[in-house]
Amino acid sequence: MLLSIRDLNVHFHTPDGDVHAVKNVSLDIAESACLGVVGESGSGKSQLFLAAMGLLAANGRASGSVKYRGVEILGAPQKRLNSLRGSKMTMIFQDPLTSLTPHMTIGDQIVEALALHHKMPRGEAAARAREVLDYVRIPEAARRMKQYPHELSGGMRQRVMIAMATITGPDLLIADEPTTALDVTVQAQILEILKLLKRDKKTAIALISHDMGVIAGTADQVQVMRHGEVVEQGPVDDIFYAPKQPYTQMLLAAMPRVAKGAVPPPTLTGDALLEVRDLKVSFPVPQGFLRKAKELRAVDGVSFTLHQGETLGVVGESGCGKSTLARAILQLLPSDAGAVVWLGRDLSRETREEIRGARKNFQIVFQDPLASLDPRQPIGVSIAEPLKALIPGLSQNEIRGKVRGMMDKVGLDPGWINRYPHELSGGQNQRVGIARAMIVEPRMVVCDEAVSALDVSIQAQIVALLKDIQAETGLSLIFISHDLSVVRQLAHRVMVLYLGRIVEMADAGALYADPRHPYTRALLSAVPTPDPRAERAKTRVLLTGDMPSPLDRRAQLTFLKSKRIEDPEAEQYRPQLIEVVPGHFVAEHD
Amino acid sequence: MTATGSTAGAETMELAQGVQGRSLWVDARRRLFRNRAAMASIIVLGLITLMAVLAPLLSAYAYDEINYDIVSCAPGWWPWAAPCSAGGSHWFGTDAVGRDLFVRVLYGARVSLAVGLVATLVSLLIGVLYGATAGYLGGRIDGLMMRVVDILYSLPFIFFVIILMVLFDRNFVLLFVAIGAVEWLTMARIVRGQTLSIKQKEFIEAARAGGVSSFSIIRRHIIPNVVGPVVVYVTLTVPGVILTESFLSFLGLGIQEPLTSWGVLISDGANEMETAPWMLIFPALFMAVTLFCFNFIGDGLRDALDPRDQ
Repeated sequence: MLLSIRDLNVHFHTPDGDVHAVKNVSLDIAESACLGVVGESGSGKSQLFLAAMGLLAANGRASGSVKYRGVEILGAPQKRLNSLRGSKMTMIFQDPLTSLTPHMTIGDQIVEALALHHKMPRGEAAARAREVLDYVRIPEAARRMKQYPHELSGGMRQRVMIAMATITGPDLLIADEPTTALDVTVQAQILEILKLLKRDKKTAIALISHDMGVIAGTADQVQVMRHGEVVEQGPVDDIFYAPKQPYTQMLLAAMPRVAKGAVPPPTLTGDALLEVRDLKVSFPVPQGFLRKAKELRAVDGVSFTLHQGETLGVVGESGCGKSTLARAILQLLPSDAGAVVWLGRDLSRETREEIRGARKNFQIVFQDPLASLDPRQPIGVSIAEPLKALIPGLSQNEIRGKVRGMMDKVGLDPGWINRYPHELSGGQNQRVGIARAMIVEPRMVVCDEAVSALDVSIQAQIVALLKDIQAETGLSLIFISHDLSVVRQLAHRVMVLYLGRIVEMADAGALYADPRHPYTRALLSAVPTPDPRAERAKTRVLLTGDMPSPLDRRAQLTFLKSKRIEDPEAEQYRPQLIEVVPGHFVAEHD
Repeated sequence: MTATGSTAGAETMELAQGVQGRSLWVDARRRLFRNRAAMASIIVLGLITLMAVLAPLLSAYAYDEINYDIVSCAPGWWPWAAPCSAGGSHWFGTDAVGRDLFVRVLYGARVSLAVGLVATLVSLLIGVLYGATAGYLGGRIDGLMMRVVDILYSLPFIFFVIILMVLFDRNFVLLFVAIGAVEWLTMARIVRGQTLSIKQKEFIEAARAGGVSSFSIIRRHIIPNVVGPVVVYVTLTVPGVILTESFLSFLGLGIQEPLTSWGVLISDGANEMETAPWMLIFPALFMAVTLFCFNFIGDGLRDALDPRDQ
C-alpha cells in the first residue's frame, strides 16, 4: 500500500473551543490508483490530507497513524517530511496563483526548485522543465517559461502547478479541488492530464472535490465525507450506482445533471417584458503611460426578448461578458450602444432619477452571498433597504411586517432580523439576498451566478425556492451561470455567450438535446456528470488551449476561421445569428 | 443538546412576535457598554473633563496668582522634601513662580482637551466626508480632490501657522483651525483608500440595484465600514494634536502665559525635574491617563462597530 491512514483524528484549538475536524478516518491508496474524496464544505476533506502531509495550521493537532510505504510519517521530523513532500508526495491546490511566486518567471521557479533541492545543473533543469511543461500540454512551453504567473490564465497556471508537482516523478499527487476555480472546458483538459499522469507515469492520485461529476470520471475508489467522518467508501461504480448511505443518496440526487431529467417546458405565452437590442458595453484597458487604451468589448451586440413568467438561462465561461450583460440590463453600468427596452421604455436613454424610479421592477441576486451583504448591517436592515429607497412613505410597522413576511417566504426565521451575515451559513445568506431582491415585488430578477458558491444540497434548495417564487408570482428570471446543469433545472430558454456575443439561443429542450454550435457542444461535453460509466465512455469534444483574449479582435471568429483577417488590429466580421429551426438561433460557424 | 435546541427554537418563535429591528448603532452601543476597559476609560475621562470645567470651584487659588514666598514648593504630603512654610494646602505643590500647580493642571486640561477634541473632530468631519466622496465618486473628480490634498500637504506646517498668526493675530481659535487644517489631510487619504476598496464590494452594487442614492450609500454603507481604521487613526491623532499644541506654545505661537496647557506644564516641569519632580509628574500623569483613556475608548469603539468581532 502506498499510503495508508489509520484512525486519523484532527483537532483544532480555537477561541470558541475545540473543533474536531477529522474523526477516526482510515483509508488506503494503492500504487497508481486514484482515490476520490468527496464532501461538502466543512467536511474535513482537505484537512485530512494536510494532516497526513504534516501541513496543519499551527492550532491543529493530528493523532493516529499515517504510513507511507509502511513507514510511519505522522509526527516525523520536518526534514524527513520536507524531502518526502518535495519529491514523493506532492500537492496542488485550488488557487494556483497564490501558490506561485509573483515576481519570478515560471521557468525560473521550476529550475530553482530542481537546482536547489535536487542539485541538478541549471542547464539540465531547464531542459527538464521544458519537457514537463510540454507534457502537461502547455503550448509554446519555451516561451511560457519566460512569462510571469499573472500573464498566464487560470488553466495554464494550474498546468504549471501540476508540472511543478510532478517534475520529480512523485508516487502520489494530492489534488485539492484542482479544477474548482476553472471553467468547465478547462476543467476537462486538466482532468485529462491527471488521467494521463495516472496511466503513463503510474502516479497515484488523491482527488479531493465537492463535485461528484469530477470524481466520477477520474477516481477508482471513492470516499464520501461529512462532518469529518467517512460516510461511505468503496469502488466508484458501487458508490454511484448503489449508494447505501442516505447522505450519499441525497448528494447524488441533489447533483444537477446536464443530460437527465425534464427541462421546464417553454412558456412563450406571456407578454414581452424586456427587449434588449444590439446591446454593446466596452471598457477601456490602459496599455501603459501615454499609449492609447485598447477597447475591451465585454458585450458586443446582444439582442433578446424576455417574456412575462419566463426564465432565460445565460451560460458562458469566465470572460464571456455574462455579468457585464446583467449589469448593463439593470443599468448598473452604462452601455455604449443599443437599447434596453422595459415595457416600451428605453432605459438606456433615461436619466438616473427616472431609472431609479423603475428599479422597483427589476432586481438582482449576486453570486457571493456574504460579499453582497453589508457586514455591519443586521440582515433585517439589508432586506428592508430597497423597500425604503424605492417605495417611500411606508411606516416603520409596514416595513417590519413586509420584511418578516418575506423572510418567512424564503425560509428564514423572522426572529433573525437582528442577525448579522457572518452569523448565518452561505445558503441562509443567499436566502437573505433573495429576500432583498423580492421584497419590492419586482417583475424581473437577474440571478448572477446565484447558486455557484453554494454546496450542491443547498444549491438544490435555492433553485427550488426560485421556482416556487416564480410559480407564485409569475416573475421573470434571467439566470446567469457557468454551470449548464444548474441552468437546465430552471431555464425555459437558454442563451450561450462567447466573448460578448450570442453563439446559440434556443428553448432549453432543443439546446440540450440538439446543440448546433461547436462551442455549445464542447461546453456540454465538458460538463462532468455523476455517472462513472458514461464518463468513461464519453469522448470529449475538447477545445484546445485557452479562451482567447477578448482584447484580440480575431477571437470572436475562433469558430469561423474562414472569415478571419489575420491582423489583430483590423475590424473583423461578426458572426451573425441564423434561425436554423423556428426559435433556435445559431451563430455562423465553419 | 436537543433540549437546549428546542428551547432556543421556542425562544426564537416567541421573539419572532416581539423582536424589534435594531440598527448597527444600537448594537454598537450595547457592545461598547459591555467593554469594561472602554467604560472605565469613559468614566475616568469624564471625571477629568468635569474637574477641568469646575476648576475654579475646586481650588482656593487662582491659576495666575503669583506668590514669591512659596516658589517651587513641594506638596504638603511629599515625603522626600520639606514642605513649604506657607504652603500647607497646595496639593500638587507650586511652580517656579509660586502658582498652585493643581489648579494649573486643571486649567491646562481645559486647553489640551479642547484642542485635542475639537481639532480631531474638525479633521474627522472634513477628512471622512472629503475622503469618502473622493473615493466613491472616483475617476477624474477623485484625482482632482486628491491633488488638492497633495498641494496642502506640501505646505510647511510651521510656516502655515506663522502666516495665520500674522494675518489674524494670535488667538486661541486659530490654534484649532491651524491644527485641524493639517490633520484632516491624512484622514482624507486613509478614508479614500478604504472607500476605494469597499466600493468594489458587491454589497455596494446591491445597494445601487436597490435604488439607494449615492449620498445614502456613502452614509449607510461606506462610512460605517471605514470606521475601523478611522477610529484607530483618531486615537493616534488626539495625543498627536495635544503634543503639537505644546510644541507651538513652546515656539510662542500657541497658548500664552498665564494661560497654560499640559504640554506647556510638562515642558516647564521637565526643566525642573531634578529639584522639583512634582512639577513634571502631575501634568505628565494627567496627560498619560488621558491618552490611555482615548486609546481604550478607540479600541472599544472599533470592536463595537464590527459585528464580526463578537
